[in-house]
Amino acid sequence: MEKNMILCGVGGQGILSISYVICNAALANGWNFKQAEVHGMAQRGGAVQSHLRIADKPIASDLIPEGRADLILSVEPLEVFRYIGFLKPDGIIITSTVPYVSIDNYPDAEFMQANLQRLPHKILIDAKEIAQSIGSPKVQNIVILGAAAHSLGFVPENFDTALEELFGRKGEDILRMNKQAVRKGYELGLAGGTPG
Amino acid sequence: MQQLLLLGNEAVGMGALHAGLSAVFGYPGTPSTEVFEFVEKLAPKYGVRAVWSANEKVAFEEALGMSHAGKRSMVTMKHVGLNVAADPFMNSAMTGVNGGLVVAVADDPGMHSSQNEQDSRYYADFARLPCFEPSSQQEAYDMMRSIFEVSETMDVPVMLRLVTRLSHSRANITPNTDILDQNPLNPSNDWKKWVLLPPNARIRNRLLIEKQRDLVNLSERSPYNSLDLKEGAKLGIISTGIATNYVMENVADLEQPVNLLKISQYPIPEHLIKEIVRASDELLVVEEGYPFVESKMLGIFGIPGKTVRGKLSGDIPATGEMNCDFVRKALGLAPFSKLNFDPGVLPGRPPMLCKGCPHADAFKALKKAAESIPGTKMFSDIGCYTLGVLPPYLCGETCVDMGASVSMAYGSASAGVYPVVAIIGDSTFIHSGMTPLIGAAKHDADITVMIMDNSFVAMTGAQETMTTGQPLIDLIERLGVDRSHIVPFNPLPRHHNENVNLIRRELEHHGTSVLIPQRVCVKAAKR
Ligand SMILES: Cc1ncc(C[n+]2csc(CCOP(=O)(O)OP(=O)(O)O)c2C)c(N)n1
Ligand code: SF4
Repeated sequence: MEKNMILCGVGGQGILSISYVICNAALANGWNFKQAEVHGMAQRGGAVQSHLRIADKPIASDLIPEGRADLILSVEPLEVFRYIGFLKPDGIIITSTVPYVSIDNYPDAEFMQANLQRLPHKILIDAKEIAQSIGSPKVQNIVILGAAAHSLGFVPENFDTALEELFGRKGEDILRMNKQAVRKGYELGLAGGTPG
Repeated sequence: MQQLLLLGNEAVGMGALHAGLSAVFGYPGTPSTEVFEFVEKLAPKYGVRAVWSANEKVAFEEALGMSHAGKRSMVTMKHVGLNVAADPFMNSAMTGVNGGLVVAVADDPGMHSSQNEQDSRYYADFARLPCFEPSSQQEAYDMMRSIFEVSETMDVPVMLRLVTRLSHSRANITPNTDILDQNPLNPSNDWKKWVLLPPNARIRNRLLIEKQRDLVNLSERSPYNSLDLKEGAKLGIISTGIATNYVMENVADLEQPVNLLKISQYPIPEHLIKEIVRASDELLVVEEGYPFVESKMLGIFGIPGKTVRGKLSGDIPATGEMNCDFVRKALGLAPFSKLNFDPGVLPGRPPMLCKGCPHADAFKALKKAAESIPGTKMFSDIGCYTLGVLPPYLCGETCVDMGASVSMAYGSASAGVYPVVAIIGDSTFIHSGMTPLIGAAKHDADITVMIMDNSFVAMTGAQETMTTGQPLIDLIERLGVDRSHIVPFNPLPRHHNENVNLIRRELEHHGTSVLIPQRVCVKAAKR
């Protein structure tokens, strides 16, 4: 077993939380992992990515070679396209379709739609809508995490311990919404994305 | 023992704590910061001291004082921090240590968050000190014990060279089952080694030179250096630190056997290099950073009869961060096939000031005030506020090294430029902006210094600034600035007009003024 994935989004969107949860789940399964993340300058609202590798054998490089990623997991649709060169020919893209428009020259809806639709293997999720239905716009990243679970060989329960560590001290409600977000995302992942 | 999930930097901190560390000193700087912060978090549990210092030079000397007392200590900084601490670093090689001393320096190849990508191994070489360069989080953890041992047995500070990609990558590691006790308090009485008056210094230098043979021998036998010669191999690959991983990622795809030499402990193991050179017709040198080993191997004359490839030959890019793909290409392997998809031209997404950032409002007022006096030159410095040089603020035309805003402004004003503004953060000011301000104020230099007091070292993750608010104002006054030209103000949009007026007044004043926008970093306030 070896899974390589690129996690991406914009600084502050919570991709470090996603990777933390996946790493913990991998550790609990007795797997190895390496996860290279971004700190510093780029975290100030810039484009951020993380290379995450999990395997049942030793992993050499912290960085994924081009063409070796099984998965791109993104909390923002534009960011997906920066890392497309890392994807295997049959790699999957799981992304939120909710744009984070922090720049003046953000591409128009047509450009984004056309590109997203052209992607061969994709799971598109309106994470904002799902998060709102759960009751907190903050859990969008966790919805996306849930959507990736199946592709990585996990079920929602694998993520519970790490979610408790991350959100337990923020109160019962917040923890519950995050667990729910994983489960909702998981269902959507299995179903191939948000309908429509 | 249970596996731990740690960043490379955290593995260093854990390794140090488990190796009998008594104190960590440092000044924040990406990518080094988490080494200190990890120790800081566990300091009460391990009975260890962890307090940030005013700058890297101070931190280094505090660590050296701790070592003088017989305790094991560590000092952390980013690569450019070692420039600031270079004086004690070079001289501590002469004095040697009492308790073990680790200098943990994190380089930033690719300049993710830095002004340059200098390679700290040259500093270790320059000071004639040993250097360890871990290839993985586990190795970083394991090395800490060896480093303290080498430091104490060889009587030298030891450098731990980290790089961004290891510092900020997480992995599972297996810790030791035993934890070493701290050294007892045992201050050195050997004053001759610590007083670097010329007669003593000459003796110390000779001793340092005599130690070099032993240090090389340690490298030859180091468990962190390994030579693997294969029957029939024509190609030999020499790799250092984490560059080894990029080699290992690719070697399985090679059809021919290869000789491998991994180096993670310096000085360079000369014998091991000679062995792999002897056993190979062609060599590839893969390093994260400058071509340090490659240049040393080749010297001026090269190695007759052998082809050596690497950064100097152009087979691997001379700048930027190393990765699997560069190594793959240098090995002549075909790239992996990838998804064929062209998304068209994508707009960049550069970092920017947070919404509601106090710096933004200060810059708006400064820009407006400066518009009324043509020819204003603004010298900026290093921190979140450096982003003010970009549109829409356009405040600042330089960013060189910490503190340079004030000294460059003074230099520029001395040349006759007017008006001249220095823009500097509160932490950067304490780090190295105070010293140039003393001279400028003494001569009443015609400059306006704007000290961005947001109470935090925001850029590096919101550590508390050492001096802020009223104590900062008092400090500036004692440095010699006329109290009537020390002007604090609240950078809020609703005070914009009055702020523009008071800034303009100080720009027009022909003498040293200090403006202090005071408002807490919104990001730090939210935590
Ligand atoms: C010699 C040196 N040490 C450390 C750093 C890392 N560094 C960059 S900005 C900064 C401090 C920023 O704090 P402050 O001046 O208060 O500005 P703020 O980010 O809060 O706006 C530090 C420590 C560096 N670039 N150079
Ligand atoms: S972290 Fe603080 S100082 Fe930095 S941009 Fe954000 S609000 Fe401004």
